[in-house]
Amino acid sequence: MTAAIEATGVTRTYELDGVRVPALRGVSLTVPEGDYVALVGPSGSGKSTLMHLLGGLDRPTSGRLVIGGRDVSRLDPADLARLRNETIGFVFQAFHLLPRTSAVDNVALPLVYRGLGARQRRARAAAMLERVGLGHRLGHRPNQLSGGEQQRVAIARALVTDPAVLLADEPTGNLDSATGQSVLALLEALNADSGVAVVLVTHDREVAARARRQIVLRDGVIV
Amino acid sequence: MRLAEAWRVALDALRANRLRSLLTMLGVVIGVAAVVVLVAIGTGTKRKVESQVEGLGSNLLIVVPGQVTLGSAPSVSRLSLADVDAVSRVVGDRSRVAVTVASGELVRAGNRERFATVQGVLETTPAVFVRSLGRGSYLTRSDVDTGRRVAVLGAGVARAVFGDRDPIGQQVTIAGVRFRVIGVFAPLGQSLGVDRDGEVHIPVTTAHRLFGTTRIDGIAIKAPDRERINQLGDQVVATLRDRHPETEFSAVTQEQILGVLGDILGVLTGVLAAIAGISLLVGGVGVSNIMLVSVRERTREIGLRKAVGARPRDIGVQFLLEAVLLTSIGGAAGMALGVGTALVVQALSPIPAAITWWSLALAFGVSAAVGIVFGVVPAQRAGRLDPVVALRSE
Ligand SMILES: Nc1ncnc2c1ncn2[C@@H]1O[C@H](COP(=O)(O)OP(=O)(O)O)[C@@H](O)[C@H]1O
Ligand SMILES: [Mg+2]
Repeated sequence: MTAAIEATGVTRTYELDGVRVPALRGVSLTVPEGDYVALVGPSGSGKSTLMHLLGGLDRPTSGRLVIGGRDVSRLDPADLARLRNETIGFVFQAFHLLPRTSAVDNVALPLVYRGLGARQRRARAAAMLERVGLGHRLGHRPNQLSGGEQQRVAIARALVTDPAVLLADEPTGNLDSATGQSVLALLEALNADSGVAVVLVTHDREVAARARRQIVLRDGVIV
Repeated sequence: MRLAEAWRVALDALRANRLRSLLTMLGVVIGVAAVVVLVAIGTGTKRKVESQVEGLGSNLLIVVPGQVTLGSAPSVSRLSLADVDAVSRVVGDRSRVAVTVASGELVRAGNRERFATVQGVLETTPAVFVRSLGRGSYLTRSDVDTGRRVAVLGAGVARAVFGDRDPIGQQVTIAGVRFRVIGVFAPLGQSLGVDRDGEVHIPVTTAHRLFGTTRIDGIAIKAPDRERINQLGDQVVATLRDRHPETEFSAVTQEQILGVLGDILGVLTGVLAAIAGISLLVGGVGVSNIMLVSVRERTREIGLRKAVGARPRDIGVQFLLEAVLLTSIGGAAGMALGVGTALVVQALSPIPAAITWWSLALAFGVSAAVGIVFGVVPAQRAGRLDPVVALRSE
C-alpha cells in the first residue's frame, strides 16, 4: 500500500502576541491508503493542529509533509486549495454546513470548485446523500435536520469528491451517544466499502479501540 | 469556480440580507440619480441657450467696438449713423444691416408703468433678426428718416402697461415723451437671462434725440451666405478701423458666440456632474463598509469554502461580484430614478432637462466601477483569510 499522507518531523508553532506556542514538536506518521486511524490525546495536545496539517489547511513550521504525493512546502495557497479539493475530505465537530442552503447543495459545494455544472453536481451529491441514508432529505435546510442528520450531510460533502483521506475531528462531539454511534458506524462502513482512509479524532476509548490502529498525542508529540 | 455560479452565490448573499442590501444600494441609487439629473439639467440649459442663439437668425455677424473677450469691460462706442452708412456700402445692401442704441427707460400708459430696454433701431431689424410681431406693424423707413415718435412694444411691456386692452394706436410715454404704439412683438420669453419681452423698439433717429446722443452701440449684419461671412466681417472691421484709427472693432459670428457659450455651459455641466459624483463616491464607501461587515459575518463560510477547495481567487471573486452586483443594481435603479426625475423637472418646472445617453452610460459605468474599486479591499481580505482561523471564528 502507498501512503496517502506522510509526515516526517513535523512541527507547528503558533505565534501569539509575540509568545511562541509549540503545538506540535516533531511528529512523524504515515497514513496508508484505506487506513483507519484513531487519534487520541488530552485536550490541547495538538490533535486539531495535526489534523489541519494533514489536510493541507495549514502548513508545518518545519518538517516534511507530503499529501497525495505532493510536498506541501512547495505549494502556494491556490495549489493547496486544489489539493484539499481533490485529496481530502473534512468533517468537523461543528458540522459547518451553509445555513441557507439545501442538503444536496451543501454536499455539492466541493464540486463547485471543480467547475462542474449544476446538474452533474446535484446528481453526484444526491447519490452521496443516498449512501449516507439521507436520500429523502435532499431539499432540507440544515435547520430542518437533526444533529445526526447534519453530520451525515457533512460526511457526504467530505466524500462527494471521492477523496483519498477523510479527516474527522471529533465528529461525534456535538451528538448524543446513540447518534454518535450511528455516525461512527457509517464512517466504518464507508471506509470498508469505498476504501477511503479515515483519520478520526476521538475521546472515546471504545471508539478508538475499534480503529485499525491508534495514535496517542501528548504535548505535541506522539507517545 | 464558474462565473455563473459565482453570480448566483453573490445574488444569494444579497438576498439573505435584503434590507441591508437595499439600504446600501440606496447610497448608489441617489448618487447615480443625482449625476443623471444634474447632467440632464446642464445639458438642457446648454441646448436651450444654443437654440436661442440660433433662433436669432442665421448667418449673423455682430460688430461691436472693442475686443470681444470674456470679462472685458465694453468700450465706449464711437460708432455713429455715418459709420452705419459706410458699413451698408461694404455689405452692398442696407436692408441687411441692423443697429441698436439702447437705454433703460420708464414706459408709462395712464397710471401703469414699467421699466424697459428701449432700443433705437432701423426698420431693417426684422430682416436681420428673427423677430415676429404679435399684432400691428413694425417701424418703416420713413419712421426712421423723419424720426417719428412711434414704438413697437415687447409682449411683456404691452401687458404691463395696457393689460388686456389693445395697445395699437394708443399713446405711451417713454422717458417723459409721448409715443404712439404701432406694433407689439410676439412673446419670446427669456434668453441668456434677459427678459426679451421687456424690449421697446423706436426709430434710431428718435432714440438719439430722446437719449441726447449720436452713438450706435452695435451693428448686426445678415450675411448673404455662410461662406462669405468671415471675409465680410474682416471688410467691415477694416472699414471701421479706417474711420476710427484709435478704436478697435470686432466682428463675431453666431458660431463663435455659440462656441464660447457652449464652453461655459459645458464646464458648468461638468462641475454639476462632479458634485453629483461625490455623492456616488460616498455611496461607494457605504458599499465598502457593508462588504467588510459581510466578510466578517461570513468568515466561517469562507473557511468552510476554503476547506473544500475554494482558492483565494474564488473567494475574492465571489465578494467582488457581490459588491459589483450591489452597485450595478443600485446604478440601474438610480438611472431609472434619475430619468424619471429629469422628466418631471422638465415637465413641471421652467428648468430645462435633456437626458443624454452618454450620461446614463457614464453613471452606470461609474457605479459598476465603484463596486470594483470599493469591493476590492474587502474581497482581498476575504480571499486571504487563513482557513483554520476562519473556521474557528464565531
Ligand atoms: N491559532 C492558535 N494560536 C495560538 N495557539 C493555538 C492556536 N491553535 C491552537 N493553539 C494552541 O496549540 C495547542 C494545541 O491545540 P489543538 O491542536 O487545538 O489541541 P487539541 O485539538 O488536541 O485540543 C493548544 O495549547 C492551543 O492553545
Ligand atoms: Mg481539537
